[in-house]
Amino acid sequence: MRQTQGFMNRPIALELDRVSHDFRTSDGRVYRAVDDVSLSISAGAFVAIVGPSGCGKSTLLNLIAGLLMPTSGRVRVEGHDQQGLNRRATYMFQQETLLPWKDVRDNVALGLILAGLSKADAHARADDWIARVGLTPFASHYPSQLSGGMRKRVTMAQNWILDRPQVLMDEPFSALDVHTRQLMETELLALWDVGVAGTTRRTVVFVTHDLEEAIALADEVIVLSAGPASRIVARHAVSLPRPRDLRELRTTDAFVELYRAIWSVLRGEVIKSQASVGAHV
Amino acid sequence: MSSQGRVTAWRVGIAVVVLGAWEGGVAAGAIDPFFLSRPSAITARVAAWIMSGTLWPHLWVTLEEALLGLAIGGVLGIAAGFALARAPLAARVLDPYIAMLNAVPRVVLAPLFLLWFGLDIWSKIALAVTLVFFVMFFNTLQGVRDADRALVNNVRMLGASERQLVRHVLMPSALTWILSSLQSSLGLAMVGAVVGEYLGATHGLGYMIAQAEGTFDTTGVFAGMTILSIVVVVTSAGVSRVERRLLRWKH
Ligand SMILES: Nc1ncnc2c1ncn2[C@@H]1O[C@H](COP(=O)(O)OP(=O)(O)O)[C@@H](O)[C@H]1O
Ligand SMILES: [Mg+2]
Repeated sequence: MRQTQGFMNRPIALELDRVSHDFRTSDGRVYRAVDDVSLSISAGAFVAIVGPSGCGKSTLLNLIAGLLMPTSGRVRVEGHDQQGLNRRATYMFQQETLLPWKDVRDNVALGLILAGLSKADAHARADDWIARVGLTPFASHYPSQLSGGMRKRVTMAQNWILDRPQVLMDEPFSALDVHTRQLMETELLALWDVGVAGTTRRTVVFVTHDLEEAIALADEVIVLSAGPASRIVARHAVSLPRPRDLRELRTTDAFVELYRAIWSVLRGEVIKSQASVGAHV
Repeated sequence: MSSQGRVTAWRVGIAVVVLGAWEGGVAAGAIDPFFLSRPSAITARVAAWIMSGTLWPHLWVTLEEALLGLAIGGVLGIAAGFALARAPLAARVLDPYIAMLNAVPRVVLAPLFLLWFGLDIWSKIALAVTLVFFVMFFNTLQGVRDADRALVNNVRMLGASERQLVRHVLMPSALTWILSSLQSSLGLAMVGAVVGEYLGATHGLGYMIAQAEGTFDTTGVFAGMTILSIVVVVTSAGVSRVERRLLRWKH
């Protein structure tokens, strides 16, 4: 039987222990983006982080990725204190990150090439992944010749080809139109469901500002407060059965109920963040 | 008519009008050919130089100096640009010195280079290098600094070492800038070579022009300038073909 809810007793993949992060702003002041966040994520869980824009979601992912060092507190990856980049994770950034001078095949193969695989082996495996994301006819195209949705697929293949056990995603589909977006979400869940080598699922930390997307995808939704000094204000388990049909899911009673419950918390934070943006302008 | 056809028609039209007015002005006595020569005489002179073969050794020397100057200045400029882009502290320390060096008018250097490197090609190459170096240096520096942070972070997350980062991201990113400055660098290399020859040489287009000026032979001066322009236009077209090939991912 497919195990969906049993991840609570799996080993801890990621742990944030009272993590805070300060930025120095251009006018020399200190801006506390993330304040005293503690969080542990079980291996194989799909966790979504939501919060108003500018609250520190990307900062949190960058801390988990090791691209930023916490000002205080600790990040532990599979029980070890983080040093340098998180080599157990891939990271799908909010921005476009495909190398414009490499074609689809070379972009997908990049991580393997960097790891020292021969070009022939890397390309063979890249071609498998290009087929899995349905882009075989475009293997020799450059990113500038692809649509936004296609570029996201290539980026997904570029990340997932590495078989790393953790996947960080920062609003990966926010730039896409509604239909492409739902398609990509479905593909993401399918990929996640297969796991690495068909067995263990990857741990996914998925950042979004869209609560619907968060509930539809995740096992757990974490709500961050409006910045500055963003904290975790709520954690909600999402016990919707898997596999999920994303076309139908959003109208089910269970979904709507969860949405109401989480939105009642998130709403206040969104209003606060809009008020503070208004005050600055 | 296609837009390319219209552009070509206008180009030819402008040449015909300007050259026609010039030639007509001389024929009508309004322009003194002693000071300005005339298109027919200039064309005849260019043809004579080509037919007699006197042009080739001079042209070859100038091209050799310019291309060597471009290559040496390019390699040094790109290497220095990369080094300083990866060492921000050194870049900050050296910044005023680089600005000072770049402010030196190169014509002033020419006699010094003649003294140091002699009358043959190396003094001209040195002059071309001082011109090309800074253009390449600044463009490489800017190109590396300008590399998209998201691209850099992504490739680092995918597992790139510092060397691989340079190879897969910083180099190609800087290449756009370097290539876009290649045309102007080529022009500058020609300027360096010709100015050097003009001030003291035994061969080269600059030498030919200087010889003509020495005998108030305006036709010879204009003929030399014409050949120089043609050479720069032709080589630039070659450069932009190379550029398009290397940047084909942009289209
Ligand atoms: N490099 C930086 N320097 C200064 N402030 C920053 C920097 N990066 C982000 N911030 C600030 O930190 C806050 C959180 O940013 P971010 O994590 O990108 O938010 P989110 O991803 O939730 O939209 C924002 O107010 C932003 O302006
Ligand atoms: Mg963000």
